[in-house]
Amino acid sequence: MSPRRVRAGSDAVGRQDRPLRITVDGEPVDGIAGQTIAGVLLADDRLAWRRGRSGAPRGVFCGIGVCFDCLVTVGEERDVRACRRRALDGDVVTTQSRQDAEPAPGTEER
Amino acid sequence: MTHRHVVVVGAGPAGLAAAEAALSAGARVTLIDASDRPGGQYHRMLPEAYDAARPEVLHHGWRAFDRRRRRVLTRPRCAWWSDTSVWALERPDPERPGPPRVHVLHGPVDGGGRRRLTLDPDALVLAVGAHDRVLPFPGWELPGVFTAGAAQALAKGERVVVGDRVVVAGTGPFLLPVAASLLEAGSRVLEVLEANTRGTVARGWSRRPWQLAAQAGKSGELAEYAALLIRHRVPCRTGRTVIEARGDGRVEEVVTARLRADWSAVPGSERTVAVDAVCVTHGFSPQLELPVAAGCALRTSPGGEFVEVDADQATSVPGVYSAGEITGIAGAPAARAEGALAGWLAAGGDPRASALRPLRRGRDQGRAFAARLARAHPIGAAWSGWLRPETVICRCEEADYASLCRAATRPESASARVAKLETRAGLGPCQARICGPTVAELNTRLSGAPVEPPAEGLPAPVPHRRPIAQPIRLGELAAPSEPAADGSAPRHL
Repeated sequence: MSPRRVRAGSDAVGRQDRPLRITVDGEPVDGIAGQTIAGVLLADDRLAWRRGRSGAPRGVFCGIGVCFDCLVTVGEERDVRACRRRALDGDVVTTQSRQDAEPAPGTEER
Repeated sequence: MTHRHVVVVGAGPAGLAAAEAALSAGARVTLIDASDRPGGQYHRMLPEAYDAARPEVLHHGWRAFDRRRRRVLTRPRCAWWSDTSVWALERPDPERPGPPRVHVLHGPVDGGGRRRLTLDPDALVLAVGAHDRVLPFPGWELPGVFTAGAAQALAKGERVVVGDRVVVAGTGPFLLPVAASLLEAGSRVLEVLEANTRGTVARGWSRRPWQLAAQAGKSGELAEYAALLIRHRVPCRTGRTVIEARGDGRVEEVVTARLRADWSAVPGSERTVAVDAVCVTHGFSPQLELPVAAGCALRTSPGGEFVEVDADQATSVPGVYSAGEITGIAGAPAARAEGALAGWLAAGGDPRASALRPLRRGRDQGRAFAARLARAHPIGAAWSGWLRPETVICRCEEADYASLCRAATRPESASARVAKLETRAGLGPCQARICGPTVAELNTRLSGAPVEPPAEGLPAPVPHRRPIAQPIRLGELAAPSEPAADGSAPRHL
């Protein structure tokens, strides 16, 4: 087993789930309103979605927008921190790789 | 009534207290936070869309926090700018005293069409907090290795648990709430490992025990977490840590080892534990890019570099105040006291007001607590013994230990600047936020040359200098910014 979302029925905080659906590289992934894109991916048992310079898989590390490991493309926007961006129903998410990408994607914008 | 305009950056315990005190002193306040809800990491709130009936079950001191945030955010003189990142602090004329101009972006995180605004406050309170410091070890870049803060944020902030068989390791009291969060959300926590030996921890905490009594709120909170771990029969061990994570494409097992007081691993003490996630923290790194951009002086302490403040929480820059973890890692009660002092004084409130006495006392107790924390949970110098030549040091650029050793021991590249260009360590998207302190420490140790003269024509290298504090897209940079001058400033963003 792996990452997952606490089931709403047994969650002590008493939450109301409103479902949403995003696509990741064309595949539909279900989540709930309020989750970050990283949260949706983790709860769907996806631990990694980005590839580093060597091709090594990466997912969430710091979880609070500091490490930039979890970057994804949302619609036309590259380099969005998945751990901080709330997922919106219909978001079209594309995974990224830094392999063979020189200079590093996005760095010219920073 | 002072009618000064105070900008507070960060709406965690320190920033929220600062905003409240500044409002009480009569100021107009703009409270800025990158998140869509106040609370910071300590009081990270569930998303509004979750419509949670009992959010308080996940929080310590929820009621006081909830009351305070409502009180602050509904005050007519308070503008609450959520989803807003400060991407630059600008000193148009470094000779002119006073706070810098504040450049912000408002809109979805890393979105392309955010609103760009500028503020020219009469005083600025920086309360931007800290993030986990994690030392590298073989395999720490594998998916399934999380910072303790990530596990906490996911469990508390959106009810996602990182795994079902989890080891929590590193050093500091933060290990306990993280393990407690995981247990609450239904994970199995296999063990909690404090790297420091029982002797180091006991000596650090029990020196001057009366100082601890003053932080009774904090120790009561920790005792509750400890009781929860006992109830769930989670073993808590001192003098042991995770020295390696292994797995094919994701973490599948960790190797733990017994540590001596200097954090050297005891040969033959290794154990292999099957896990699906591991959560690690070795203390906290304060987020120093904004204070450095504002020109604030830093101080070096055993726990690392922090913003230097005086007894009034004033930094070395007139009109700029600082509170919370960026002035020292002391926890939420101290952050609240510091924030309240900073906010009141930034607003031009009377420094002799009697209400400040308990705040100053709370702040001083917090500083004593911070010193004990640093003594009880230091990073042992021999940690680098876990590293192998191929161990990744800079996660972004995948610079390994061998390349750092090569660059640091060759005279032509021994200076930090040249080593950086050669290894690319610290030049990736995170801008050395994760590996910076580690690379600096290893480089100093390997080259034996701690102090470096500035290269001709270049400013002296400052590790926390990030003139662009948060990513901004070229389109946003090119767009004209809206001046949020007096009166025209949007109330809420």
